[in-house]
Amino acid sequence: MPEQQIKNFTLNFGPQHPAAHGVLRLVLEMDGEVIDRSDPHIGLLHRGTEKLIEHKTYMQSVPYFDRLDYVAPQNQEHAFAIAVEKLAGMEVPPRGQYIRVIYAELGRLLNHIFNICAYAMDVGAMTPMLWGFEEREKLMEFCERACGARLHMGYFRPGGVAMDVSQKLIDDIGEWCDGFPKFIADLESLLTENRIFKQRTVNIGAITQEQALDWGFSGPNLRATGMVWDIRKSQPYDVYDKMDFDIPVAKHGDCYDRYLVRVYEMYESLKIVKQCIEHIPPGPVACDDHKFAPPSRTDMKQSMEALIHHFKLYTEGYHVPAGETYSVVEAPKGEFGVFLISDGTNKPYRCKIRAPGFAHLQALDLMSNGHMLADVVANIGSLDIVFGEIDR
Amino acid sequence: MADARPHVHPLSDLGEAIAGELGNAITATEIFNDELVLHTSRKALIKVMTFLRDDMNCQFKQLMELCGIDYPEREERFDVVYCLLSLTQNLRVRVIVSTDETTPVPSLTGVYSSAGWWEREAWDLFGIYFSDHPDLRRILTDYGFEGHPLRKDFPLTGYVEIRYDDKQKRVVYEPVKLAQDFRSFDFLSPWEGAQQMLPGDEKAEEEGAGEEKSDDA
Repeated sequence: MPEQQIKNFTLNFGPQHPAAHGVLRLVLEMDGEVIDRSDPHIGLLHRGTEKLIEHKTYMQSVPYFDRLDYVAPQNQEHAFAIAVEKLAGMEVPPRGQYIRVIYAELGRLLNHIFNICAYAMDVGAMTPMLWGFEEREKLMEFCERACGARLHMGYFRPGGVAMDVSQKLIDDIGEWCDGFPKFIADLESLLTENRIFKQRTVNIGAITQEQALDWGFSGPNLRATGMVWDIRKSQPYDVYDKMDFDIPVAKHGDCYDRYLVRVYEMYESLKIVKQCIEHIPPGPVACDDHKFAPPSRTDMKQSMEALIHHFKLYTEGYHVPAGETYSVVEAPKGEFGVFLISDGTNKPYRCKIRAPGFAHLQALDLMSNGHMLADVVANIGSLDIVFGEIDR
Repeated sequence: MADARPHVHPLSDLGEAIAGELGNAITATEIFNDELVLHTSRKALIKVMTFLRDDMNCQFKQLMELCGIDYPEREERFDVVYCLLSLTQNLRVRVIVSTDETTPVPSLTGVYSSAGWWEREAWDLFGIYFSDHPDLRRILTDYGFEGHPLRKDFPLTGYVEIRYDDKQKRVVYEPVKLAQDFRSFDFLSPWEGAQQMLPGDEKAEEEGAGEEKSDDA
């Protein structure tokens, strides 16, 4: 029998694959069923957000941030709002800060519920997805009651939030928080000690702390390698410095640890939301300088000056003093940064968006090498990839 | 804004220490909004970055961000900005080098692995060339895309649009056709910026040409 030449097999994964979490195209070089090299092709959802923002006023730029990581839209707006506030020197009143922290944490819960459940489905568990979406729906109702939009809130504006929330809504969020640990416990009973789930995740895609730092990891993926790092703690923004919460970390940096960190982060988020609800003060929700934040509708019916402010804000927008800043928030997926350059006009000169998923996906090759084909799916799911933010 | 502050900023110590250690590799240090910014040259970039990563007082182990900026009016029109983060010192620093369309910037992939894709992105969107990059392909734009879309002279609409052609049974590329005028609300002020000529306005121009300029600009 003549000698057989065995060639590596190149496999195209996606872009229309349910486990690709959107539009990831992976070119995999396979040695049998073992992966030799994986080359993610991204950009299939590229919408030119950064270019568009250069052509929009600061207020018109806010909705673009919702559409980056559409699983937790609030947190992106938060980063942009903080960047503009830093450049323009706006002060956010305490109530506005508290509301932002509540909704930022609800965003984190939205994200972690989605990620854990979608991840469980990637590795074969159907039920969590069905349960999780019910909870997400309840959270989105809270978003709707705050600003009218379920998903793309457009609620965190530079200077505060768009409008006040009612006490009834705050009470309802508190009531929901009391019931939510039951859901997490149910979810954990399905997954945490599940033999199949553990076989698919434990020791899969493990990376060391040095590797995680080298590849620019942040958020839960970094904490899963044992690094105690959370921007909410170390470089706090809004009222996070007044909150009492812990940073869950894990040791092994594998898929299972990333899952566990997210589960325990949900408990911490609940803690933060509850503290906010307890301590939220009355008062205004946006900065009172009407050169930046619009006046109230009732004022506009009475006051000529308020009407002029409104007109100027919604046509010309506001001018931000020249300068540059790199402002970050701890988004559910990791460090979400906005590098904003203002030239003193009403539009950003440059707005670079630092998406955590971009750095994480880059390390997929490192994580997947030597693993089986099915483990790539586990890795992608555990990294918490959303293409809205990666492709921008 | 970089207004001169009466008290010494804690970050300026670090900036001075780094500048002192690296000598003339750091061309300028500034503090903007409580953020430390270092300017360096392309030649010294690798040395500066390696120092920032390994020095005990810096330990900027993470490259969190790399981006290009376009200033078309400058001679070296691009800035490349590196945002570093030190988890142990809880500090951030920005390093800036400038370049033009043809001069390559040394790739940082040997210092920080995460630089790989960000450099590809800067190449894709700005056309900033990085030397010694292992795999400098386009990353965000379409296969076969031409031009660098985040340059200031690249139009917002782009040059081509794509659609699925049912007769040819494939996606076709065509020059951009706008169904309505491109509406660029380019006014810095809705009253002062509008350059619109209404029919008949040209008469006023002709009549008033000899007299003093009217204030309807």
